[in-house]
Amino acid sequence: MTLESFVSLRALQAPRRSAAPLAIVNVSRRSMLKALGLAGTFTLMTPLGAGAYEPYPTGGEAMPRGLVWDPKVFVSIAPDGTVTIVAHRSEMGTGSRTSLPMVLADEMGADWAKVKIIQAPGDEPTYGNQDTDGSRSMRHHIQSMRVMGAAVRTMLEQAAAKAWGLQPSQVEARIHEVVEKGGARRAGFGELAKAAMDLPVPAIGDLVLKPESAFRYIGKGNVPLYDMKAIVTGRAIYGSDVRRPGQLYAVVARPPVYGGKAKSWDAAAAKAVPGVVEVIEIPGTPAPAAFMPMGGVAVVAKTTWAAMQGREKLNVQWEDGPNASYDSSAYHKEMSAVAAKPGKVVRNQGDVEGAFGKAAKVITAEYYQPHMAHTSMETPQALAIVKDGRCECWAPAQSPYAVRTDLAKFLGLDVADVTVHVTLLGGGFGRKSKGDFALEAAYLSKAMGGAPVQLTWTREDDIRNSYYHTTSVERIEAGIDTNGKVVAWRHRSVAPTILSTFEDSEYQFAIELGMGLVDNPFDIPNIRCENGPIKNHVRIGWFRSVSNIPRAWAVQSFVCELAHELKRDHKEFLLELLGPPRKIDPVAAGIEGELWNYGDPYAVYPIDTGRLRAVVELACEKAGWGRKMAPRTGLGLAVHRSFLTYVASVVEVAVAKDGTVTIPRIDTAVDCGFAANPERIRAQFEGAAVMGQTLCFHSAVTFKNGRAEQSNYHDYEMVRMTNYPRQVNVHIVPHPFSVPAAGVGEPGVPPIAPAIANAIFAATGKRIRDLPIDTKALREA
Amino acid sequence: MAIKLTLNGREVTVDAPGDMPILWALRDILNLTGTKYGCGIGACGACTIHMDGKAVLGCVVRLEEAAGRKITTIEGLDPDGNHPVQKAWAQLGVPQCGYCQPGQIMRAAALLAEKKNPTDAEIDEAMAGNICRCGCYQRIHAAIRLAATGV
Repeated sequence: MTLESFVSLRALQAPRRSAAPLAIVNVSRRSMLKALGLAGTFTLMTPLGAGAYEPYPTGGEAMPRGLVWDPKVFVSIAPDGTVTIVAHRSEMGTGSRTSLPMVLADEMGADWAKVKIIQAPGDEPTYGNQDTDGSRSMRHHIQSMRVMGAAVRTMLEQAAAKAWGLQPSQVEARIHEVVEKGGARRAGFGELAKAAMDLPVPAIGDLVLKPESAFRYIGKGNVPLYDMKAIVTGRAIYGSDVRRPGQLYAVVARPPVYGGKAKSWDAAAAKAVPGVVEVIEIPGTPAPAAFMPMGGVAVVAKTTWAAMQGREKLNVQWEDGPNASYDSSAYHKEMSAVAAKPGKVVRNQGDVEGAFGKAAKVITAEYYQPHMAHTSMETPQALAIVKDGRCECWAPAQSPYAVRTDLAKFLGLDVADVTVHVTLLGGGFGRKSKGDFALEAAYLSKAMGGAPVQLTWTREDDIRNSYYHTTSVERIEAGIDTNGKVVAWRHRSVAPTILSTFEDSEYQFAIELGMGLVDNPFDIPNIRCENGPIKNHVRIGWFRSVSNIPRAWAVQSFVCELAHELKRDHKEFLLELLGPPRKIDPVAAGIEGELWNYGDPYAVYPIDTGRLRAVVELACEKAGWGRKMAPRTGLGLAVHRSFLTYVASVVEVAVAKDGTVTIPRIDTAVDCGFAANPERIRAQFEGAAVMGQTLCFHSAVTFKNGRAEQSNYHDYEMVRMTNYPRQVNVHIVPHPFSVPAAGVGEPGVPPIAPAIANAIFAATGKRIRDLPIDTKALREA
Repeated sequence: MAIKLTLNGREVTVDAPGDMPILWALRDILNLTGTKYGCGIGACGACTIHMDGKAVLGCVVRLEEAAGRKITTIEGLDPDGNHPVQKAWAQLGVPQCGYCQPGQIMRAAALLAEKKNPTDAEIDEAMAGNICRCGCYQRIHAAIRLAATGV
């Protein structure tokens, strides 16, 4: 997420009534045509050709600089037939750098063995939006990739027909060549390239896409990662692997307390360390500083090791500032106190007070999640060269154009004089949406007279100075009538907001509220969602699946608690709450609240309770829900819609007498619309199970005196090979291309922790409401 | 100080402080960037290399300890990617972001050099020091099994 897209998404915050989805359809189609140079009243009036493709609208067009549909930007063909396709999204492990070009290649008829991928620099005016975040890459770009592939295929056919004096209908593209139908003439893509790429790009309305039965790669899962060989041989280039002549290496001592600054330091002692070249203060930006560096004291050296050694000698004295007393356990109590009182109403449906007044029984529970750090295996790292009025930077950036514009602003340069090359990302998870580390490298290069500077955040830096996942208290009350039906639901969320990184705010905004709070799909007549105020004391940022983590943790645990209280089977009770299959468009339904649908139109991506029900049924069927379990073992269920994808997980746990929890098996059912690369989708959900397990048992960055108490993997632990879920089965609901692709990178995370807690409850009768789970509490009495 | 060692089959001399972890000598002096920094305290395995055929952590082993030894990094395992572990990794699509994989592969290769057909528990034990934040463990385990047995 960039600051700019954040601002434009905020503009979507106000609930839109009337015919908003229709308006989006028109805007979208118009801008697609405009992108192809064909916009205008006349063109818009032109009917589509027979069998022509009509794209469904997505939020992609509303992202900053939208989508680019011009194949001449993304595809080039060499005389030897090599097809070069631009990957404009950043690769952080989801496989999008392979999968998006794969979609284009299949549609154009290219042989994958002859495809080369090049990574776009940060250049949104050319390539359209590059902000690799929000599980948007496939969801927003699959159509443009297919359309561009079809356009190139059509141009190749037109070129062949022209060369042979035939009508385009008399030729057809096969794999990497065009042939004369019923004739002998054939020409490879390389031979036709020059003539084809000189032709005008056909309008979308003149393009016919391949039938899905002709797909060779799309939906097959048979294309390996483009970078596989580079990765397994150690030649893949990540943020700190770029080498330039004469480069220096740097680390930075940053304030241990958010908003603090360095008062004094011993530069001479640091410079006495062999290999240390210079000590440089990086000025901070007062909070809220968005993605500007937090400031500190840098040590620049001949090697990273020397820089680290020099930093040890700096003996920085800090002025801690207003957050010096931050104590995360006291803050937990403060959040609970706020959640006990009415907050700002962010969704209201029916007569909640009246329904609670009449309820036979009211059940209340409160759930907690602490701060987390992303700890991608690659810490933030970048190399920059700033000299002669120009900046060239190599960074593992999720949003390279935002880094470029931030660099320009920070250095006082024209955007045109800044280049941002995108390396592979050694994991991102939201941390690398922020370009602060690239700005630090650039500041140091400039201060060093233009020497290339490679900057590394140590793991300690990464955990102590993160853009933390928010911490949250979620308090839910349910009113039950005499028939055991839930008739009232009140959910109060209290959590420091991401907004506080950009401006002073104590309330969450629509993007956070839309992640599992106001978009609650339950068939309950009276629902109120509230948000109480709380001030942040650390930097808050995006973490893979964001507010969906605490919301799914609370809601899906609470449903299990209610089922137990009402002596109902959890699955049957969950299906009852989901209600009959229906496609909810909250805008059309007149639901009053701060709505957000991940930036996409409800008309295309409604909240579909039928699909929620289906993934619950599928996961339970595959897991053998209801089977007899041995003592201290159990099955737990959770379902959650996020990033427009429907996910249910059934987790099997075994709880040892000493409280140790092992996970023999997880069955995850996924409905992400059309599955373009099922093999990579499975990988994402396998990995999300591990990340969900890690956050469930280990992830807490706690604070005392404003300082993070954890610093590295020894006290901020990860699930490892000794305790990973032994078998994660991913069951993908099949759909045709016409069912819009939805998010994949993030939505696997939210259901895991509540499904684990529900399984632990089934195994032991112990209900856990605070994350991370303290397994000591699970010891057999 | 000048330290001599055998690196990926070639004699090299590194001029650096003897207490420098070999990770940084490899990366910042010898420009072999396949060995990754992940934690600097021996807790994540991203910097796993071979010293005299055994898996060691590059962020823990000091340059002076490597003097006169045979060091193999991911670049030297098999530059064409034909080591059975590399082939199994590719066949099962193990990597996601890929950053930890050189360390994982070096660790797995050392395990299989020592034990041709390790048990599941032996695989888990050997790999316990290598973190993958993307969570590729299931495939890592399966790929080691594939490399060991062909299935």
